[in-house]
This record gives sequence, structure tokens and C-alpha cells, in this order.
Amino acid sequence: MEKATLVIRRGGPGDAPRTEAHEVPFEAGQSVLDGLRWIRIHRDPTLAIRYSCTNANTCKECMVQVDGETVYACTARLQAREMRVEPLPNKPLVRDLVTDIAPPGERLRT
Amino acid sequence: MSHLGSDVLVIGAGGAGMYAALEAARRGCSVLLAERSLIGRGGATVMAQMTVAAALEDQGRDHWRHHYADTLAAGRGLCQPALARLLCEDGPRRIREMDGWGVGWAREGGRLKRALAPGHDRARCVYVDYLNTGPAVSKTLRAQLNRVPEIRRVGELRVTDLVVREGECVGAVALHVPTGRAVSLAAGATIIATGGLTRLYRRNSASLNMGGDGYALALAAGAELIDMEFVQFFPIGHLAPRLIGMDPIMWDPFRYKLGGRLLNGAGEEFVHKYGATDAGAYVATRDLATYAIEKEVAAGLGSPHGGAYLSFEHCSEEALRAAGGPVIDRLAANGIDLRRARVEVAPMAHYHMGGVRVDAAMATRVPGLYAAGEAVGGANGANRLSGNAITEALAFGARSGHCAADHAQGIARRADAALFAAGRERLSAGGRQPRFNAAARIQALQNLMQDYVGPFRTQAGLVRALEALGAMRAELDAGRPSAGAPFDTALADWMDLEAMSRVGQCVAQAALARTESRGAHQREDYPATSEGWRCSQALALDGGELRIERRAVAA
Repeated sequence: MEKATLVIRRGGPGDAPRTEAHEVPFEAGQSVLDGLRWIRIHRDPTLAIRYSCTNANTCKECMVQVDGETVYACTARLQAREMRVEPLPNKPLVRDLVTDIAPPGERLRT
Repeated sequence: MSHLGSDVLVIGAGGAGMYAALEAARRGCSVLLAERSLIGRGGATVMAQMTVAAALEDQGRDHWRHHYADTLAAGRGLCQPALARLLCEDGPRRIREMDGWGVGWAREGGRLKRALAPGHDRARCVYVDYLNTGPAVSKTLRAQLNRVPEIRRVGELRVTDLVVREGECVGAVALHVPTGRAVSLAAGATIIATGGLTRLYRRNSASLNMGGDGYALALAAGAELIDMEFVQFFPIGHLAPRLIGMDPIMWDPFRYKLGGRLLNGAGEEFVHKYGATDAGAYVATRDLATYAIEKEVAAGLGSPHGGAYLSFEHCSEEALRAAGGPVIDRLAANGIDLRRARVEVAPMAHYHMGGVRVDAAMATRVPGLYAAGEAVGGANGANRLSGNAITEALAFGARSGHCAADHAQGIARRADAALFAAGRERLSAGGRQPRFNAAARIQALQNLMQDYVGPFRTQAGLVRALEALGAMRAELDAGRPSAGAPFDTALADWMDLEAMSRVGQCVAQAALARTESRGAHQREDYPATSEGWRCSQALALDGGELRIERRAVAA
């Protein structure tokens, strides 16, 4: 079976930036989100990603950068090569690939 | 610990929750709308593809009583009449209100376009083109919310416990997801609007937060669940080839508009062999079509990925374009030309007829605790009619908001910290190094539910599922991470697993007890429908054990 390698930026706002590479099985037609979900189930459940609808591209929650381009992880196609996945650079980082994208009036400040 | 207070707490910001918040605010209440995802983004409403059933009485062409009759017939004798009537009678008012708010229902001349959906006696379903009903409904309700200062909206706030004092629900404890901190939520009345449980199944059209957490909250608070054995499988969910950016329910609008042909692996029509009609028209109800496809697969006549073929090869390019609009281009980007190739479809868990047991005021048996939308059980009996889900979200949302507001106005809110201590302690329990991966366990649970508690059931399979679910629950504590980390997805998985395993037990126990086949509940060992089983089953916790009791269905 072919493989894709996701090189993922991890950590929180105060941490030194680090990346982790994960090899995932690749099947034509899969999305980057499929790969990230595979990593959480089979390798590391602590990888933080944000998504809700999984495949329909209606929740618009899974925005990340893939190879420097802002995309929805659910519509970006997984490819049988190395792909770089990073959090959005223009939003406050929460953890790993999760950024603060909630509208300001819909957040709780604790 | 942070603390928030409101007259009415609404848990879940899908269609039902947003409508409940609007209605409670209209009655003069302060409202906290708490959502574990982002407001108006998670849940099922936003994913609705097309039909919204409502008997709009313009020009005397329809009456809610006709819609009611169809709903009862589809429910195979188990609809709670008061709930079904509320859905059908109040639905048109909500559709008109949404129209006034600019949702954009498709129009023909001055009139709202109506589609004929399976199980309806006439064209009754309004929609927003193309495959856009859910996003439009969500967006419209969000726009209304933004105009009401009495409604505080907080996303990324996951309710983990309802707080019950002297038998009354007085609020909740929640996890603030971005920080991992506990938040107490005091409320005069609380509405569960968390949707259904379809994520319990391997093949589903669910979003991440449809793992039945609202059912688990209701059970733990002392409320009853009803009709839990009735899980609706949408017969023609997309199976293959793999598509991105498309909801698996996407073929529904195509079938409404174009008919389409359902074929087995040998390329033959087959639905008629199981007592239903298909043959180019989309009229077989969901339970019958699911039955036909699953039986064909079991007989070795499935498509390569284990479903059936759906073909639009006989349609012209113009007809396809008129029906699908921009969706045709999205299909092309996925390498699919419907004139040249069939797609594979299969039954997928899509909706749950069961849920929290409420009266016609949407009140549970726990004072101060209400439910709305798909979280409610009973309105749709053993099988839901196409188009009733969004209508139910809006009508039940409005009713629950109204009744919860009236309840809350007579209540002095309790905010003493001691009330919330137990919920807070539960959040800080657990270890830093969980001994299993809850994300992997969830996948195992989904396989188990699909294989043994899916569209077809046997005593042996259900017993096996209950044993496995019991074993999963016995091991839960070993895998629990303690709260405190920002956006802790491992903790979220663990909480989902806790709720999903409990709710899975409810479905399997109710399915094991019901020794007949009816609607969405099909027992291979009891294939006939039995008049003696024309009743519902209610589940409740009694000293930590699930108890099941029969409940009569009112005539």
C-alpha cells in the first residue's frame, strides 16, 4: 500500500515549535483530515485538531495550512508524498493544529 | 471556577437549540446558549441536504392533518400523538417565520416550491437549493441570535454534568474546551438540544458531536429515554468512490428531482422483491429501502463495496445540470460523471427516532429539565418520515423555549458553589497517562454497533454487543485523562466513549427486549410485527443500573 507522510507542527503558544512526522496509509480520494484522524486512532490521540462535520465541508472548522496554503483539511486531498500541516498563522494558537477561530462574541474568557 | 447564570440554559446550538434560545428570549428570559463545537456549526441541522416537511395551507392544497396522518403511518403505530401533532401543526408557522427571516426557500412564481418525498401523500417538502437547506437554516437562525442581546452565546463549552438538587435540575457543569477549566452554569430551566446518536455506527452521516451525550446527561439526571431501539438508517448514503467535501446524504436531492435507479451488484432492480416500489421513482420509505439493500448484500448480490448501485445514467446532461447545479462540478472535480458511471450507496445511520422522554411541553420527568429536536424521542415512532427532522427541530425548539421560559420565571436561581462541586470533581478525576487510546476504542464501538446493533439484529448478536459494551465501561476509568490541558482531544474522546458506551447499552437493551420487527428495528429471529408490541419502552437509571419498562402509546 502507498503511504503519505504528514509532517505536523505541534505544541502550544508558549512551547518551542516542534514538528512530528507520521506515515499514514494512502488511498486515492482521501482527505488530509482522513490522515490526521488515522494518526489519532492509530498513533497518537493527543494530536489536537478541530473539526465537526468530518466530510461534508459544512462546519468550516478544520482550516489549517497544508504546504503553506490555507485549506480545509476535509477537502485537501491526501497525496502519496510528504505534506506539511501547520496551524493557521494569522489566528491565536490554542494547541497543535487548533487555532482560535470562534467569533469574539461567542467565546468565554476565563 | 468560572460561573455563569441565566434564566434558561440551552445545551446545543443546532436548529432546535437556536430556536429554543430565540423563543425563551422572546418570553423575556436571559439565555445561555452553550455549544461544544462552534455556534451553529456542529450538529445535524447544518448538514441537512434538502427536505423540510410542512403542510402549508395556501390555496387549500394541504392541511396539517394530512401530514400528521403520513407521520403516524410511517411511525408504524408508535408515534406519540401529542408530539407528532405538534410537529405537523406548528411546523408551517415555523417555516413561514423562517421565510420572513430570509432563509431563501426555493420559489416558483410567488409560491414556495414543494418536493414529493417518500411516505408523503403529496408534494409537501420545502427546501433551499442546491443541497443548501441546512447551511441556510443555520445561518438564518444565527443572524437572528445576533440581534438579541438577552442571548449569550458560548461555543467550545461542553456540558459534562447536569446538576440536580432536591429532584430539580438547577443547571450544569461544563468544560471550557480551549482552557480545560470547569465552568458552573446556574439556570432556572435547562434544555437538552444535543441531537442524536448516529456516531455510534461505523457507517454514519454524523458530525463529531452526535455521540448521544445529551441522552447520557438526561439519564444521569434521572430523566427517562424512550424508543431507543429505533435508529434510522438512510438507505442510500454515499459509499464509493471516495468523495471529498460532500455529505454522504448528497444523493437524496438527486433522487427527489430525477428519480434514479437503484440496482444490485448484477445491475438489476431489486427493491420490488421486498414489497416496496422503486423503479425509477423515489417512493420506498427508508426502513423498507434499507431492508432491501441489506438483504441483497447478505444474499451476495451487493455492489463491490457492500452496498447497491445508484444510477442516473439514463438522465440527460441538461436534466442533471438542472437538478444538481454547481454540485455537478463538484462531482466532476471528484472524477464522477453521472452519465457514464453509477455510484455505490449503502444504508448509513442518519437519525434517531428515540431519545429523551418528554410531554407535550417538552418537559422531562425531572422538573426544570426539557429537551428539543432530535434529542426528543417519540414523535416519529419506529420510523421517521423524510423531511420531519428540521421541522421537528424548529417546532420543538420553539415549544421548549416557550415552556422552559415560563418555568424559569417562577424560580429563584441557585448559585451556591457547593451545588456544582461534584461535577467539578468528576472533571479533575483521572490520570495524566491514560492506559488506552479512547479514539481507537470509539472505532471499536462503532464496529460493534454496526455489526450487532445495526439494521438487522439477533438475540445472539445483541447479547454479544451488550457484553462488549459492559467490558468497555468496566475499563473506562483506566483510560481517563484529567481535565486541565487546552483543547484536550484525548479527554474529549474519553468523554465521548463514556457517553457512547452508555447510550449504546440503551439501544442494545431495548432492541434485545423487543422481540418483534417494526420499522427501523428488524429482528432476524422475530421477523413479524406483533400487535402485542404496539407500545414503547422507556429506560431509566435505577441505582446505577439500566431499567427498562413498557409504556403504552396514547391512541
